[in-house]
Amino acid sequence: MNAPLTPRKLRVATASLSGCFGCHMSFLDIDERLLELAALVDFDRSPITDIKHCSQRCDVALVEGGVCNAENVHVLRELRANSKMVVALGACAVNGGLPAQRNHLDVGQCLQQVYRTPDGSTAIPNDPELPLLLDKVYPINEIVRVDYFLPGCPPSGDTIWKFMTDLLTGRTPRIEHPLLKFD
Amino acid sequence: MPTVFVSTELANLIEPILLRHRARPDRLVQILREVQEVADFISDETAAWLAERLRISYAQVKSTRDFYAFFYRENRGRYRILFSDNITDRMAGNQALFEHMLKRLRLEPGKVSDDGLVSVDYTSCTGMCDQGPAILVNNRTITRMTPRRVDEICDLVRGKVPLSQWPAEFFVVEDNIHRADMLLGTPHEPGKAVHAAIARGRDGMLGEMKLSNLRGRGGAGFTTAVKWDACRNANGDTRYIVCNADEGEPGTFKDRVLLQSYAGRVFEGMAIAAYVVGASQGFLYLRGEYLYLLPQLEAYLAGMRSAGLLGRSIGGVAGFDFDIEIHLGAGAYVCGEETALIESLEGKAGRPRVRPPFPVTSGYMGQPTVVNNVETLSKVTEIAIHGGAWYEAIGTKQSTGTKILSVSGDCERPGLYEYAFGVRIAQVLEDCGAQEAIAVQISGASGVCLSEREFGRRIAFEDVPTAGSFMIFGKQRDMFEVARNFSHFFAHESCGFCTPCRVGTSLLKNIMDKIADGRGTQYEMNELLRLQQVLKPGSHCGLGQTAGNAVADTVQKFRPAYERRLAETDFVPAFDLDAALARARELTGRDDAAAHLGEEA
Ligand SMILES: Cc1cc2nc3c(=O)[nH]c(=O)nc-3n(C[C@H](O)[C@H](O)[C@H](O)COP(=O)(O)O)c2cc1C
Ligand code: SF4
Ligand code: SF4
Repeated sequence: MNAPLTPRKLRVATASLSGCFGCHMSFLDIDERLLELAALVDFDRSPITDIKHCSQRCDVALVEGGVCNAENVHVLRELRANSKMVVALGACAVNGGLPAQRNHLDVGQCLQQVYRTPDGSTAIPNDPELPLLLDKVYPINEIVRVDYFLPGCPPSGDTIWKFMTDLLTGRTPRIEHPLLKFD
Repeated sequence: MPTVFVSTELANLIEPILLRHRARPDRLVQILREVQEVADFISDETAAWLAERLRISYAQVKSTRDFYAFFYRENRGRYRILFSDNITDRMAGNQALFEHMLKRLRLEPGKVSDDGLVSVDYTSCTGMCDQGPAILVNNRTITRMTPRRVDEICDLVRGKVPLSQWPAEFFVVEDNIHRADMLLGTPHEPGKAVHAAIARGRDGMLGEMKLSNLRGRGGAGFTTAVKWDACRNANGDTRYIVCNADEGEPGTFKDRVLLQSYAGRVFEGMAIAAYVVGASQGFLYLRGEYLYLLPQLEAYLAGMRSAGLLGRSIGGVAGFDFDIEIHLGAGAYVCGEETALIESLEGKAGRPRVRPPFPVTSGYMGQPTVVNNVETLSKVTEIAIHGGAWYEAIGTKQSTGTKILSVSGDCERPGLYEYAFGVRIAQVLEDCGAQEAIAVQISGASGVCLSEREFGRRIAFEDVPTAGSFMIFGKQRDMFEVARNFSHFFAHESCGFCTPCRVGTSLLKNIMDKIADGRGTQYEMNELLRLQQVLKPGSHCGLGQTAGNAVADTVQKFRPAYERRLAETDFVPAFDLDAALARARELTGRDDAAAHLGEEA
């Protein structure tokens, strides 16, 4: 990828909501190109930097995972409010993905099953520290406006690289075959 | 697989049905329809038993049963009441009547009563738009519903009065012909057209068809003679003529009138088609909503047989053997698509096939098959009698002859209007007494929405083509709600075979509902048009390809109807986020600040 790259650094936030971190791993899977990228972007709020909240306005927020609880909603809203562009990264963010398998069950029944004790009673925790579950797992575009969708479980490192370099060079991001071929 | 068991009583009811259909698996759709008629629904056990008796897999029976809206897996009551939910029914007040009936019967929509007696739900357009609101009770049509009629029906249901003993006036379906031209206004002389065709000979009749330049009335407007010629020349052992009477396009009801009062012409048109292409078997695929026509159509066919117009050596011509059988649909709009229709005739779920091969070379049972619309076939009789040159002189250059319009909505005289092709929209509006129309939806939900500025345009393949639906909207109407009604129709009718349509029609519907809720923004407006760009090129059949048309047209022509509903923010979720936490709050017993979500960040 030898496209001319703009000198201005892009400010990037990333977050994993209801995901498995696979999409972040895939991001790291761009391998040595990470060094090239590090020269061109600054990471703000992200598990990579361990910055807990957006320190300033960002250009791009890469969001992995769907929205399954109240905390996910807060994180997503913060990213939306502080970013020019929100990107749904991977199947969970795009569709709800694997966690959304619980959507055909009643969330109450889920809790009762999961917190069943050996003697058959249930003890569902009521600690305010624990984020409360939503009735369903939602794709992020049902909670906030989303600008781009990168499908795949996870999207490949090459796909993420293509997307980022398109942004850096001022092109409209475009993901095409074979980066969109999944079988 | 469930246990294969049906009671002796049920088996005794089903056996004669199987016998009549010679236990042929390709009759599965017809068998299921008749089983449901005697058993009220088709349980998994019944399905498994049928599979065994028909020597096919349980999955095959199940997938066919589950495809059709009018087949039920679970008991939906001895009285199954469905309210037609076309936009014209809505405009005539069907929703208030629906609510009224639910209240009187103490029912939830779509749920059967505790005693298993009755259920009430909605269904797609039943083709009674000129005499709505209409309902179906066990697939029998009742028109012109009023609060009083709802009350009467509730009493009959509660009194368990058999449907056959309900007042006859409930079931009256009127023709409402307000403008008759060469087809609707000419008396029918039985046999005349068939004998005229025989006198012209097979080649001669095909020649006249070519001269006439008759084009299909079912929507696509394909030249009929070309279709027949291709079928005639295709390799095959047996040829078939199929008359498409599925008439599922919302707002269309001309085929219903043709079959009710002009059946002779339709059937003779089929016989002439058979004569020309050398077909020996014909099918009339009648939509399930028109079940009430079945007895009279069967009687008509019997009459034609005794008059020598069907059967062996028709008109004394050795080798001209042809008969017609009626198959009923079961509530699937997509079965109007010719290859889906053929699948249904073969006893399967009505999913469109990949074309090519086209039905003319590989149709019913893989054999050469002509599929023509009811109106197209009835036009054939005119060409047989008067010749192609005479016919070609009527109408416009590329659209010869006359066209029947099914006019409904905001006008004084809804019903059928037959015109020579080329008539202007404004002329039709004047004739039917539509004073203050702001829009006309031409050719149904899949067609085109014309605004006042376009009323000078003409009905013709060259300008505004149509399968016949002509729905009028007066100035009091909200064109957003019209498009929303159509978006629900398509989401409900998508057969689910291909992803762009299966998912796209649902997304379209959801976005329209979101906007209706006041939760839409400019983002959703963009999404609507983006979806149209996916549906149109990405869908496998005409249903998905046209499903976004009404929305795209109304966004373009009636944008204020959308914009006044939009929220003035960047984005609003379609649902209440705090309410989405309610169930978890209840189970954890929490009510602290973190257990709630506000509207904004
Ligand atoms: C979703 C869909 C529904 C259709 N419904 C009908 C119908 O109800 N009646 C009809 O005659 N044609 C219908 N058609 C068109 C048929 O596929 C076919 O073109 C027509 O029956 C051919 O007859 P014609 O050449 O006489 O018009 C439909 C097509 C699609 C894609
Ligand atoms: S899309 Fe796949 S890799 Fe990414 S978070 Fe979801 S499950 Fe993990
Ligand atoms: S476009 Fe829709 S109706 Fe047609 S095949 Fe695809 S899913 Fe079925």
